[in-house]
Amino acid sequence: MDEIKDRLLKPSKATHEDQRGKFISYLSIGLIAVLVISILVFITIHGLAMFTQNGMKISDFLFKTDWNPGKKLIGALPMIVTSFGVTLLSALIATPFAIAVALFMTEFAPKRGAKFLQVIIELLVGIPSVIYGLIGLAIVVPAVRTIYGGTGFGILAGAIVLFVMVLPTITSLTVDSLKAVPRHYRQASLALGATRWQTIYKVILRAATPGILTAVVFGMARAFGEALAVQMVIGNAAMLPQNLTSPSATLTSQLTMGIGNTIMGTLPNNALWSLALLLLIMSLVFNLVVKLIARKGRIK
Amino acid sequence: MKRSITIALSLLTLLIIVTGCGNKQSQSKKMTIVGSTALQPLVEQVASEYSEKNQDISITVQGGGSGTGLSQVQTGAVLIGNSDVFASQADGIDADKLVDHEVAVVGIVPVVNPKIGVKNLTMQQLQDIFTGKITNWKSVGGKNEEIIVINRAQGSGTRITFEQSVLGKKTAVKSQEQDSNGTVQQIVGSTPGAISYVSFSYVNNKIQPLSIDGVKPNVTNVTTNAWKIWSYEHMYTRKNPGTEVDKFLKYIQSHEVQSKLVKQLGYISIHDMKVSKDANNHVSK
Repeated sequence: MDEIKDRLLKPSKATHEDQRGKFISYLSIGLIAVLVISILVFITIHGLAMFTQNGMKISDFLFKTDWNPGKKLIGALPMIVTSFGVTLLSALIATPFAIAVALFMTEFAPKRGAKFLQVIIELLVGIPSVIYGLIGLAIVVPAVRTIYGGTGFGILAGAIVLFVMVLPTITSLTVDSLKAVPRHYRQASLALGATRWQTIYKVILRAATPGILTAVVFGMARAFGEALAVQMVIGNAAMLPQNLTSPSATLTSQLTMGIGNTIMGTLPNNALWSLALLLLIMSLVFNLVVKLIARKGRIK
Repeated sequence: MKRSITIALSLLTLLIIVTGCGNKQSQSKKMTIVGSTALQPLVEQVASEYSEKNQDISITVQGGGSGTGLSQVQTGAVLIGNSDVFASQADGIDADKLVDHEVAVVGIVPVVNPKIGVKNLTMQQLQDIFTGKITNWKSVGGKNEEIIVINRAQGSGTRITFEQSVLGKKTAVKSQEQDSNGTVQQIVGSTPGAISYVSFSYVNNKIQPLSIDGVKPNVTNVTTNAWKIWSYEHMYTRKNPGTEVDKFLKYIQSHEVQSKLVKQLGYISIHDMKVSKDANNHVSK
């Protein structure tokens, strides 16, 4: 009897397993939380050092155009403008293509076409960014130079390279959101006598709008954070871009160019950390925008 | 359940391995060298030769830039920091705490796109181009073409050397910047009207090296300081870095290495130099 009593009163083997499993997953969550928080804190502390320790003004950082931290000039406006320039332009070019490809994959040729395109998109995602940069340097820059003059380096070349890089991101997320449109929407629309194009245009795309916008914002986040490929074609001149083909520099390209040449704790190094902080804040903003779209954009 | 234990255990082991690697550097005869990318190829070659001869030492050579090299050796994170510039030229580095070992000399030459048709400039013209006073190639005897200045990143060792020798105290015009000799070489070769500067070893047939005031950029002229744009490659250590580090530095400065590897890789041997230069660009015989 005691044996049975024991077994009933003490936690079973399964309970132990349960607890252990819980422990492991909490441990993992804890570790990742600590990691994320320490990254945020680290970048914030270093990013603010320029304003707290070196006595630079935040307004100078955000609105002035002279960047030469070695000589106490910390105007980051050229980089901010260029970063947004390449991001918006590349998203602007990529979105129509992405929507067209996604429509083809979900509405027109869901079987064979989708499979084929899926492979291509995955391939595009898998190509390392340095390869995109090299292609940009070897083909896009000379092409821009021949067509528009100048050196070929600049926002336009950057946007073209980024267009190819964000296209797969936007496309695959758009495909997901188109697939998520309930089947009865399509059936109802067709039953009302709408043509296929009317159904796509008025019903499917409308229902998928929040998803598509989210896809675009994700694509923009990727473009904003891309460093290597952009650095190779942007020209890296910390000047306000005069036009789309004048050399300029993005936040990321300035970071990768400068970080190895500066010394921890000096003003030039702190200035780069401030750029990093700005990048971090922007990516948080992109995330927030995604959340907002998801909440507000739903059809009621 | 078994699987999760396995995963946990493997993670733990991984953690131990990962953390175990970093810290016991000095005991187990491991040497880490970090810094200048211009010096990296030479140090890598010498290190692999050296560890072939001395099996009990393993040497890791990393790039990262002169600034990284100097700050890492100053904090004691690595034993040797490579730099293209004198430690006293770098902000935030206490040069008194570091010991300089000059291991090679690098000559730097202005290069232009070959289609411009310019092969020689005076020092004054070169300065005017890089400060933005001259903006068209026809003012210096070339084609009617806009001058595209391509500089190296701010703080780059090559740029500091070039500006010290050519610009003096003047500030360079704002221009495109590239972060390595390799990209500069490629971009100058393909961009009409481009001018920049590279180490001697990066000159190829797609770019045109310039003579300055009729002096040709070659090794002999560097050793006599007739060619003015050159710098030492430094390997910095803290004081008393230990016998292993001393031995390695002696090896890289030895005639054996200096007369073979150093020359093969396009550097100039320190033993060939007939002059010496200090951090303030004063040259003495």
